[in-house]
Amino acid sequence: MHFGIQNIIFIVILAIATYLFARSFKKIWRNIKLGKDLDRSDRKNERWALMTRVALGQSKMVKRRVIAGFFHVLIYAGFLLINIEVAEILIDGILGTHRIFAGPLGLVYDAAINFFEVLAVLVIIACVVFLWRRNVSVVPRFKELKGWAKKDGNNILIIEIVLMFALLILGAAEANMDDKVAGPWIVSGMLAPLFGNISQESLHLIERIAWWAHIVGILAFLNYLPFSKHFHIIMAFPNVWYSKLQPKGQFTNMESVKKEVETMMDPNADPFAAPAEGDTPPGRFGAKDVTDLNWVQLMNSYSCTECGRCTAVCPANLTGKKLSPRKIMMDTRDRLEEVGKNIDANKGEFKDDGKSLLDDYITREELWACTTCNACVEACPVNIDPLSIITDMRRYLVMEESSASQQINMMMTNVENNGAPWAYAQADRANWINE
Amino acid sequence: MENGTIKVPTMAEKMPEGKKPEVLFWVGCAGSFDDRAKKITKAFVKILSKAGVDFAVLGTEESCTGDPAKRAGNEFLFMMQAMANIEVLNAYEITDIVTACPHCFNTLKNEYPELGGNYKVIHHTTFINNLLKEGKLSVEGGSFKGKRITFHDPCYLGRANGIYEAPRELIQKLDAELVEMRRCKSNGLCCGAGGAQMFKEPEKGNKDINIERTEEALETQPEIIAAACPFCNTMMTDGVKNSEKEGQLPVLDIAELIAQAKDL
Repeated sequence: MHFGIQNIIFIVILAIATYLFARSFKKIWRNIKLGKDLDRSDRKNERWALMTRVALGQSKMVKRRVIAGFFHVLIYAGFLLINIEVAEILIDGILGTHRIFAGPLGLVYDAAINFFEVLAVLVIIACVVFLWRRNVSVVPRFKELKGWAKKDGNNILIIEIVLMFALLILGAAEANMDDKVAGPWIVSGMLAPLFGNISQESLHLIERIAWWAHIVGILAFLNYLPFSKHFHIIMAFPNVWYSKLQPKGQFTNMESVKKEVETMMDPNADPFAAPAEGDTPPGRFGAKDVTDLNWVQLMNSYSCTECGRCTAVCPANLTGKKLSPRKIMMDTRDRLEEVGKNIDANKGEFKDDGKSLLDDYITREELWACTTCNACVEACPVNIDPLSIITDMRRYLVMEESSASQQINMMMTNVENNGAPWAYAQADRANWINE
Repeated sequence: MENGTIKVPTMAEKMPEGKKPEVLFWVGCAGSFDDRAKKITKAFVKILSKAGVDFAVLGTEESCTGDPAKRAGNEFLFMMQAMANIEVLNAYEITDIVTACPHCFNTLKNEYPELGGNYKVIHHTTFINNLLKEGKLSVEGGSFKGKRITFHDPCYLGRANGIYEAPRELIQKLDAELVEMRRCKSNGLCCGAGGAQMFKEPEKGNKDINIERTEEALETQPEIIAAACPFCNTMMTDGVKNSEKEGQLPVLDIAELIAQAKDL
């Protein structure tokens, strides 16, 4: 094959696909950066190690839920390794070569393609198992998914099956070709009789159709990612890198509050002091909307693949309460997308739409049902922290709105007045010693 | 001040004598006021005394760490509590703290350092385990030999701080049969008390969390449910009261197990 019109078309399609993807990605990154600053660039070695173990090594995927973990690793390995073949397809498409690696690599090439074909079959099997678990014998944690979330999951699996079939048909057609440069290979060789009595011209045509279907499918899929939970295949990596490294029980100490309390407790502080020149008034305490959250929390929302492992272990959810950590993440992303579209529609400036993450997406009932047990954080395969969002929103409810329940207010009054959450006198605190 | 024959010195008493204890026992609100939790406090004091640990308490100078306020979202109240406590602790030049409450443990250990409170904080299960390892305390199974004991992981000890083994090692040292629940260690199910839930009615649902957890504990057919947190203890005790095992299945803190095994 030589450079020709096909290659020009290919280069144009590739350029458009790359441009569109870059544009979508930039928009998402812009949305993430709407969050507040947070410095998580410390302990770099630990972060690289964590990313290697958790994102690349899938350590949390296989820790529990062995069936899902096993099949996920199959699809993941297929995705990573078969992409090596995509590199060849791209080069062939641009240069007009055919299987450019086959000649130089020789036997290694055959071994690699054989391996990819076996993987492709395993990926198909895994996708079928996952479709089954989502639609036929529905796994409990998928029952909550409706509408787009449910459709999205199925779309991804079907696209993957189609892509893998295209790859195998490509090989099967080629196996019958007189002028093949390599092969036949293990799986496509078995499929070869399907095209046994076909003319060489037709074989070439089938091979071309499969080739184009595979690569255009991949490019289309790439551009589907930013609109899908499948975006996690990219975001999982930075998301794990920027994980919270402190003990899970350690909540952030709010710097703005610390300053105020320090001033309050300082006997030398001037209570009538006017704010210093250039002092900006303190921002909102806690989070009412997505822009009150930090950028890592917003990145978390784009990294969520809606698997529901968090919700499946949430004690509140398990006992019928409304709280679902997965919904917290999905709501955060949905609201952030809405804010992003608002900014796009208003020439780069957010126009108040009278809505917020609180109440319009996440209800107070959900927030107050959390026991802060960290089960959701522990369960997330990509280290998403729904608890930090819940905490920040509670902070808004309590410190900006004073809208905690009467019982919570009572507890806080007791802590403030008696140094204990119950109405016992501080002076009685040591009574147990003599009892 | 004294508890039975055991002396429980306060820092205010120690200080004028020019003595500094090895470790401060942070009793916590539950340990100080709650009738059930006070028994845990006393059991731990007996262990400290038996092992000859030089300890003291803050007594009336101790105040809530601010944990429930912080989990509820009241950062102001938390900071006020934390800063006041840190002032007291630093004035006494405290360096080591032991506590029987995982919530106090987590707050003191993780959230106080940034505010100027730097102490070596240790949970009582780890502390007791260390006493055994150092030979300062010995324990035989006694009445717990061969008993089926299941351990409920407190969230703020386990997942929050990664401590799973110390309480289990102690149960095993009693020659008891440690039976694990379906969800244990990092996968453990919350008792339902954390995040200030202890102080409020739960949201509408179809079950209380402590009932769910107690049922899971009952599946292991234990003779004792072991806990390591005063709040978990309350929740599990209430759960047992609501089951057919009412009155037959004790919920005991690890400190109580050790103290009882030693007839303290």
